[in-house]
Amino acid sequence: MHELAVAQALVEQVDAVIDQHNAAQACMIRVRIGPLAGVVPELLASAFPLAAAGSRMEHAALEFIHAPIQVHCQTCGAETDAAMNRLVCGACGDWHTQVVSGDELLLESVELETTPSLTPDP
Amino acid sequence: MCDTCGCNLTPGNKHLAFKPVPKGATAVSVLKGLLAKNDDQAVHNREHFDRRGILAINLMSSPGSGKTALLEATLVALKDEFTCAVIEGDLETENDAERIRAKGVQAHQIVTGTACHLDAHLVHDALHQMSLDGVDILFIENVGNLVCPASFDLGQHLNVTLLSVTEGDDKPAKYPVMFRAADAMLLTKTDLLAVLDDFECDKAEAHLRNLANPAPVMRLSARKDLGMDAWLAWLRAQLAAQRARVAQGQSRRPAIQSDGMKYHSVTA
Ligand SMILES: Nc1nc2c(ncn2[C@@H]2O[C@H](COP(=O)(O)OP(=O)(O)OP(=O)(O)O)[C@@H](O)[C@H]2O)c(=O)[nH]1
Ligand SMILES: [Mg+2]
Ligand SMILES: [Zn+2]
Ligand SMILES: [Zn+2]
Ligand SMILES: [Zn+2]
Ligand SMILES: [Zn+2]
Repeated sequence: MHELAVAQALVEQVDAVIDQHNAAQACMIRVRIGPLAGVVPELLASAFPLAAAGSRMEHAALEFIHAPIQVHCQTCGAETDAAMNRLVCGACGDWHTQVVSGDELLLESVELETTPSLTPDP
Repeated sequence: MCDTCGCNLTPGNKHLAFKPVPKGATAVSVLKGLLAKNDDQAVHNREHFDRRGILAINLMSSPGSGKTALLEATLVALKDEFTCAVIEGDLETENDAERIRAKGVQAHQIVTGTACHLDAHLVHDALHQMSLDGVDILFIENVGNLVCPASFDLGQHLNVTLLSVTEGDDKPAKYPVMFRAADAMLLTKTDLLAVLDDFECDKAEAHLRNLANPAPVMRLSARKDLGMDAWLAWLRAQLAAQRARVAQGQSRRPAIQSDGMKYHSVTA
């Protein structure tokens, strides 16, 4: 399934972050994911080691921040929780809503391991 | 020499000392879409289309819902009006591209092998092997799959999702990610409704509305030429809208680009 493609994209992005910060490796990767992103966290977690093998993040822990599904109602203005296949307003029941949380698939943060280096004492 | 415990320091050299930075973790906040690379490529693809005033439409459905049959009928109907071209995505075979070519229309087949969806890079490679000059509408027939194609922006302006009446009217409830991304939902093979007793078009539409999707729902049969006029009229209107956008230097991204992302980029 496409989770391997997503895992490969994740590895590329973390690799770029490691380069940008001149770090040795990544030890923790946090991904914010919502049910409406169409990516299953468990499948992404099992695809990740395949994509990360031999890279500077192969020992990194992958952590998910699960974004809840929330909708903003254009009719009554309420912001309510919703279910994956029922994105209607929880207050007035109207379907003219916008998803404000629950469809994200974001690289939230990375913890980098810096190589021990010497810096002048202040 | 030991850099980590400071045992090489003496009171005499202390002022020159280099303090070891503990081998530690720095947390870096990124807040970037995981598929950013695909999305950047999709933006580039959209530039290809907009520069030429082309309307690009991504067709998605389960395997066998009638995407190619719809294209065959559509291409024949529009033959004297517009120049169309087609990109076909399939795991294997050139069959669908050959069906399109048999209608006298340019078709490029992408054989994905194991990948169950098209991505923006595959489409870009195809674009550079096609002649796009003079093309009005480019149809991209995605791999038959109701799951992953919805996650990958190809650079299209519109998503059209097909649901054939033999699949059950609750598909939008079962595959919300796919149907939420639809800019139009087509209920296909309606000629078979007579022999099916459990598919209700209104129910399928109600499931789509439950996904907060206002997309038009059109009922048609490509094989029996039923309901094709509404679909063709929608295509004409969308092409006119695309031409108006291009004249204004604007573009359009399909519903697949989540509303949520807009909110988050404001706070990021
Ligand atoms: N009765 C009926 N059959 C149809 C109609 N449209 C397509 N079919 C049949 O459905 C089958 C699949 O049609 P295709 O057009 O190949 O479907 P597809 O979505 O392109 O299939 P993949 O590319 O393999 O995912 C074929 O046997 C078609 O003849 C229709 O309007 N009515
Ligand atoms: Mg086909
Ligand atoms: Zn998949
Ligand atoms: Zn409301
Ligand atoms: Zn896929
Ligand atoms: Zn290009």
